[in-house]
Amino acid sequence: MDALIEKLKGQIIEQLNLAEVKPADINPDAALFGDGLGLDSIDALELIVLLEKYYQIKIKNPADGKTIFESVRSMATFIQSQGKA
Amino acid sequence: MELIITSYCRIKNNRIVVKGVEVTLPKQDVPSYFFADAYKHFEMNYPKFHKMDNLSKLGLIASDAALKGNDFLQRNKAETTAIIMANKASSLDTDRIHQQSINDKDHYLPSPATFVYTLPNIVIGEMAIKHKLTGENLFCICDAFDAQLLIDHTQITFDQETKSAICGWVDYDNGNADSLIYLVEIASDSIKNTNFIPLNAAALDQLYK
Amino acid sequence: MEVFTSYHNIISPLGFTSKENYSSVLTDKLGVKPCQYGKQNETFCLSIISDEQLNSASQKIKDAVLFSKLEKLSILSIQDVLDQSGISLSDPKTLLIYSTTKGNIDLLGNSIKQSISKERAYLSSMANAIANYFNAVNKPLVISNACISGLLAIITAQRLIKAGQYENVLVCGGDLVTEFTVSGFKSFNALSPNPCKPFDARREGINLGEAVATLLVTKNKNGLPNSSMQIVNGASANDANHISGPSRTGDGLFKSISQTLKNNKVKIDTISAHGTATPYNDEMESVAFERAGLINIPVNSLKGYYGHTLGAAGVLETVLTLEAASHDQLIRSAGFSEMGVSGKIELIKEHQTSNIKTFLKTASGFGGCNVAALFVK
Repeated sequence: MDALIEKLKGQIIEQLNLAEVKPADINPDAALFGDGLGLDSIDALELIVLLEKYYQIKIKNPADGKTIFESVRSMATFIQSQGKA
Repeated sequence: MELIITSYCRIKNNRIVVKGVEVTLPKQDVPSYFFADAYKHFEMNYPKFHKMDNLSKLGLIASDAALKGNDFLQRNKAETTAIIMANKASSLDTDRIHQQSINDKDHYLPSPATFVYTLPNIVIGEMAIKHKLTGENLFCICDAFDAQLLIDHTQITFDQETKSAICGWVDYDNGNADSLIYLVEIASDSIKNTNFIPLNAAALDQLYK
Repeated sequence: MEVFTSYHNIISPLGFTSKENYSSVLTDKLGVKPCQYGKQNETFCLSIISDEQLNSASQKIKDAVLFSKLEKLSILSIQDVLDQSGISLSDPKTLLIYSTTKGNIDLLGNSIKQSISKERAYLSSMANAIANYFNAVNKPLVISNACISGLLAIITAQRLIKAGQYENVLVCGGDLVTEFTVSGFKSFNALSPNPCKPFDARREGINLGEAVATLLVTKNKNGLPNSSMQIVNGASANDANHISGPSRTGDGLFKSISQTLKNNKVKIDTISAHGTATPYNDEMESVAFERAGLINIPVNSLKGYYGHTLGAAGVLETVLTLEAASHDQLIRSAGFSEMGVSGKIELIKEHQTSNIKTFLKTASGFGGCNVAALFVK
């Protein structure tokens, strides 16, 4: 799980071009949206692309993204639950 | 109404000139490194910058550089400041990236963060957001830098409510950055005490040269 | 100085003239239809001009093989307006403004015809090819400002004429449905599989559509068609909020409407809204209209018939509203049945006749841009 979280942090930074953010800056339990990383609606769509690109997971209903993308840990849990980790 | 240019920034590939003074940056062959260096040099401190496409990065650097060290944003109202831009390649640099992502049926993964930049006026939007400018907008496309075209459209915008404007040429194509962004204001005694350039085609051509 | 709308044309799946389009809409024909589209073969509702429609009309074009689909449609649309009005682009007092978001973007793809140079993916190169067909003496101007391009082009035409630069400006707006735009809006989860429902409670996104529309803008009062109206004023404004998300408070649209109406205290008889049928856009528009005090005014969106025709939309929707206004006709906002926005606005549920002396046209787009224009008989 921890390894997956670390890997995800790097992939998020790369996919969302968070050039001034380092993996250590991301608290795996902190909210991805809102104040934390300052992500916006385009980033949310881009996270859907990330899951498909690196984990071959397609999110059929974008509304599901709300719970999946709550934090890095929730993303990792979701990826594991899909058997793709 | 006499319109004048109170500041400008010319960027041609790796050269940046602000109000006639060249800015020295490390020599970079990769455009994205050049943009990153310029970002640091002008202390832009705007993390969203890194998410932008090349055209928007070019426009933001040039407009920030033109705005730095003067009080254009303080002495002019945000709601009557227009942004008028033109270029040749529209958003083709980013269009090609989006096209690449859909060429292959088996690796079909278009990126929303790329697609949103496949419109030339997004660079106007980025300038408007960064400086909270809510005035009029216009993006024109033409074959080559056209000073008279830019002046005509600036003038008809000032015929309305517009009292100041960020104008210019912002083009990014096949790795080549080419921009001239300048600030236009209505001549007044207080501004005329500082260095200014009259807004006319000969003056613009000279700045673009 | 007064500036007027003059002759016009619309080319869409619903017809190749303004009159054909107007009667199609009045008989509730929809251009949007479910289509299997793109390499992924997904089904979306799109409004597409068929090859049969295009090929039979293209016989009128000299050396048609030298032109792309969008160029052919543009040439046909402009030719119709030149024929009706008797003006010529070889007159130095006449300018062509071309409004588009993506132009010949299909030339970037793999499956392109050899006869057309890739150079024509550059918008000015495409506009020059069209202008040269008509021996235009002035270089055409291209406006590419996202989804407000068409209406912004009409306002720009009015301003250039007011400034004394030209007597006539032909405003032509065009965009195609391409895999480029379909895949992009799909990645935004913005495409509806069903005919779009602007302002409706069950709206689920846009339909993309292709069309070309042309409107002659002139200062010459003589020989104007019945549908002519004065372009009184117009203004654009930026939300300065987000590059793709509309402002929740409708700031930019409110500002462009307020500025347009500032010195024109006329009663607005109807509003042709942008109404894309995305949840956020339509909500934003309703908030802006209410803030501007435009309540109890019949509103429609024409996207339910044509889909979102991007750079053509502002011209197409203005032209159709001009044609309807000349018949004192309000056009039903197709796809609307149950109110789905919080701003107090009144959608047109059935076609009906009503005295129309004035109308407001608005548009909003990516990059935070908004525009409004006021037309008066």
